[in-house]
Amino acid sequence: MRKVVGLIAFLVLLGFLVWGVLLIHPFGYPSPAYMDDYIIENAQEETGNNNVVASVVFDYRGFDTLGEATILFTAVTGVLLVLRTLKRKEEDS
Amino acid sequence: MMEQVPLNFPFLAAALLVGIAFFIVIFKRNLIKLIMGIAMMASGVNLFLVALGYRAGGNAPIYTDVPPGPMVFPVPQALTLTSIVISVAVLALMLTMVIRIYRHTGSLDSEKSRRMKG
Amino acid sequence: MLSKMVRTVANQLIVFIVIFGLYVIAHGQVTPGGGFQGGAVIVSGVVMLLVAFNARELKKSLRESRLSIMESTGALIFAALAFAGIATAFFYNLLVGTPIFGHVPPTGANPGDIWTGGVVPLMNLAVGIKVVAGLSAVVLAMALFSSGEEVEE
Repeated sequence: MRKVVGLIAFLVLLGFLVWGVLLIHPFGYPSPAYMDDYIIENAQEETGNNNVVASVVFDYRGFDTLGEATILFTAVTGVLLVLRTLKRKEEDS
Repeated sequence: MMEQVPLNFPFLAAALLVGIAFFIVIFKRNLIKLIMGIAMMASGVNLFLVALGYRAGGNAPIYTDVPPGPMVFPVPQALTLTSIVISVAVLALMLTMVIRIYRHTGSLDSEKSRRMKG
Repeated sequence: MLSKMVRTVANQLIVFIVIFGLYVIAHGQVTPGGGFQGGAVIVSGVVMLLVAFNARELKKSLRESRLSIMESTGALIFAALAFAGIATAFFYNLLVGTPIFGHVPPTGANPGDIWTGGVVPLMNLAVGIKVVAGLSAVVLAMALFSSGEEVEE
């Protein structure tokens, strides 16, 4: 019974994904994006970088990178907290 | 609508990746295979994000010795960078939970560790 | 601990891997790359050392107290650089035009210059240190837990 419900859910999701993909714009001709055109034109004068992607990650959208560094720090702390065995002192009275 | 259906292959590949990963997560019982399915779903979503910003005949958005022509959009590539790092952090936490479960119950079957008892 | 040939080759290869990772981190504003990508390259070199040697042998060189100090330093430098230009805005690029990393490149295609970019190369270094220390500590803790039992602190 559980396998039949799972199979129906998987087929519905696969059909929905494939039908949804065929409705997006053809690959290579997106609708005009004004924010990306502004960034490509003015990134060299305002930030002085040759690499536009690095200037987007660290200058135009630096707040997202701050949040991502916090997530990395929290995950490392969580892993080091779970994998820890305290040394028990056998000479406790 | 049916006179011109665009056959865009990179979006279709990303949708198939997400669909196959969904099949793995529903029907498999080994814990390591479940984690591999979740990693495959993350790869499908990242591929979809990068393929959204392509312009026909475009070059990489870096001004060092670039050939003349239009450039692809740089913002989806920045979002994919953040998404990859977040998926690495979540996968590391999942793997430590699997290590602890194996040490506690002695088997890697997800049906044997369903009851919450001490 | 694998055989003597594997250990000797791993000892020679780790030098080139670390140099390549530092090259990818340092040229983050001219070529594709940056902090996260170069940090991942160096962590893969550490994993190679972990496979060739025993986890307990590697624990004598990479102590976990030193790794956690390195990671906190990287995060603090990143936050301090973000707060440096608070007079105008948060995350303001205040080093464009000054002699430290402040050249402005000519518009259009040009051969790259390293002394460009403003605050971005310093942020790349901070994020690279943080990624190397964090992921090395995670991989070392997993290997030590599966073989022995002595992860203290």
